[in-house]
Amino acid sequence: MAITKQNLLALNGDEAVAYAVKQSDVDVVSAYPITPQTIIVERFSEYVHNGEVDTEFVCVESEHSALSMCLTASATGVRVFTASGSAGLALMHEILYVTSGARAPVVMAIVNRALSGPINIHCDHSDSMVERDAGWIQIYVENSQEAYDSIVQAFRIAEHNDLLLPTMVMLDAFFLSHTLESVNVLPDETVRKFVGTRKIPLVRGHKGKLVPFKLDPENPITMGPLDLYDYYFEHKRQQEEAMQRAPRIIKEVHDEYARISGRKYGNGLIEPYRLEDAEIATVCLGSTAGTTKTVVDQLRTKGIKAGLLRLRTYRPYPVQDIINALENVKAIAVMDRSHSFGAHGGPIFHEIRHTLYEASIHPQIVDYIYGLGGRDMPQTLIHEIYKDLQKILETKRVEKPIQFIGVRE
Amino acid sequence: MASKWKFTIKDLAEKPEIFMSGHRACAGCGPAIAYRQILKATRGPIIATNATGCMEVVSTIYPYTAWSIPFIHTAFENVAANAAGIETALKALKKKGQLKYDNVDVIAFAGDGGTYDIGIQALSGAAERGHNFLYVLYDNEAYMNTGIQRSGGTPHGAWTTTSPAGRVIPGKVRYKKPIAYIMVAHDIPYVATASIAYWIDLVRKTRRGLEAEGPAFLHALAPCPRGWRYDTSKTVEIARSAVETCVFPLWEAVDGEYALSAPSKVIALKPERKKPVKDYLKVQGRFRHLFTPKFEYVIDEIQQIIDRRWKRLLKKCGMT
Ligand SMILES: Cc1ncc(C[n+]2csc(CCOP(=O)(O)OP(=O)(O)O)c2C)c(N)n1
Ligand code: SF4
Repeated sequence: MAITKQNLLALNGDEAVAYAVKQSDVDVVSAYPITPQTIIVERFSEYVHNGEVDTEFVCVESEHSALSMCLTASATGVRVFTASGSAGLALMHEILYVTSGARAPVVMAIVNRALSGPINIHCDHSDSMVERDAGWIQIYVENSQEAYDSIVQAFRIAEHNDLLLPTMVMLDAFFLSHTLESVNVLPDETVRKFVGTRKIPLVRGHKGKLVPFKLDPENPITMGPLDLYDYYFEHKRQQEEAMQRAPRIIKEVHDEYARISGRKYGNGLIEPYRLEDAEIATVCLGSTAGTTKTVVDQLRTKGIKAGLLRLRTYRPYPVQDIINALENVKAIAVMDRSHSFGAHGGPIFHEIRHTLYEASIHPQIVDYIYGLGGRDMPQTLIHEIYKDLQKILETKRVEKPIQFIGVRE
Repeated sequence: MASKWKFTIKDLAEKPEIFMSGHRACAGCGPAIAYRQILKATRGPIIATNATGCMEVVSTIYPYTAWSIPFIHTAFENVAANAAGIETALKALKKKGQLKYDNVDVIAFAGDGGTYDIGIQALSGAAERGHNFLYVLYDNEAYMNTGIQRSGGTPHGAWTTTSPAGRVIPGKVRYKKPIAYIMVAHDIPYVATASIAYWIDLVRKTRRGLEAEGPAFLHALAPCPRGWRYDTSKTVEIARSAVETCVFPLWEAVDGEYALSAPSKVIALKPERKKPVKDYLKVQGRFRHLFTPKFEYVIDEIQQIIDRRWKRLLKKCGMT
């Protein structure tokens, strides 16, 4: 398949998301505004009010209702989308679990924003990190182009009949949501064809007959039942099995999309950057990866063997890909844009260190908590991290495994 | 919006059960009776959603179900949003020509806790947005599923486990939130109160609610022998007594215009038929403490509240 000719638009991250949703033949959008996600809802409102899209769009009275509506609309068999972040995502918390438990393939954009208190509208990952166990696929994007591409992919992933897992796509507040970038967009028909129509799988219904897995008066089924200790565990296990199938499907969708768009993000799960021969490397996700790539390039010109691993999907967590990518790196710095209070480092640090326990070589590994509440992460600070890594490489010693960087002491 | 639907008891008896036997409600459960009666009023394809609470729990224990129509439960506080989601999806399917039916009715069920308290935000939002569905509040006047705790629908003076009949404070201090009036104030096409003791009225009102174009709200009093502390054989009697004492008058408001329904209208026209609230209270264990000398004054308070509300309702109905 040839790469499709595309249009170059000047869009910020939120607009890129709204544009992708407009093109994806979404039946129901229900949302509630929260800065910095607001622009998604506003742009989408304009599309609706100008007749550019025929989605049923409902501005509800809270995020809780937004997701509740999406959940049952999805259970009725249609394609749905919502967006949120921060306090809004926290208000959805309970329904996130219900949505994944109901196997409703809802797609949601999250503009990552700090959680109160104190109240703060800027970027960090504390909102979506705490939802990593909610049974949703989580994709963190680096720039607005990827936000656009990932939303289109997300519908295919979530609705895949081997998965039926709700999917969230994360973009960094303001750094992406409000910053204008050049974004290549595919033609409407190309996206429509790529996302296709939602296919509903068959399940065993009340009378043992195979019936569509949706609320259908012709073939009634009971959804969201009381599930006691005799079945609940099995249903949770099924969710995990779907998660185990997700890496393959995410990669397939990502590759198929790459063939029409010409854009690839690593293998769809992780994006290694100059890691082949790297001795020192950082691990991060989101927009910081972009800045870090520049720093890596600078270090490389000086002959320093630096690299970067960007996690694109954090759920499912691609264990083997991470081991393969990092196994030969000698010193690793994990960058956590959220903190787990009272714990031994941030959430990504926990998982990366734990993962490398299974690797044949055990590198030195440190954690940097950075950028909480939108605190800038300039190149100079990233240089400092690599400098620390060089020191660890020389001394083979980690003096302080967990550090806050860019904070006034 | 006069419903043209006429039915006989035979019609109802011959209608297949939607809320089927085999559910696990307690003996004498008022809400279970309400569900069965309400679902006799359906007119065609229908999808139901239910808030967390007794009725959801007793009817959907996996892998069993008491529902012969599509049904979904998601959480405690969001059933109105759930109904809105179903209705919106049906609209989208219809627009695309993918709906086999001209119309699919959507019905949302919730208890008093899921309505007066935690669910009122989603309910108010859905009403304001004008989603076309019938919301049924089955009111057993406490959180029964979690073991008889007070709700905004628990009446003045009632014992519950979180408004106990203590030595100092005799049961619930505050009155019952006037939820149905609040719903009328949302300016929606149809609001009505009903009681399982007057089943013709209940069935007819359900049908009107389903036929209304836009949000409809049906407030059905449904006594609970477990929580109200009475013999399981007395459920319907008590539901009737609530109407006869004007504790729970029956009325409907079509496009905001109030009208008393027959069982309450009779009392309005012949005030001598209005029974004292004491009759209603004394058969229920949850009010037993009020019949001690120390707390007798609460019965008077309750009578005053009921009288005041009755007078106000008569005014709304143009009956004074
Ligand atoms: C957010 C949340 N809080 C609390 C609960 C626990 N809970 C489940 S049902 C229920 C009470 C239900 O009461 P009501 O709506 O009156 O229905 P009933 O059980 O009386 O039929 C409560 C408190 C819950 N499921 N979710
Ligand atoms: S506790 Fe009350 S409402 Fe709940 S099932 Fe039993 S009788 Fe019905």
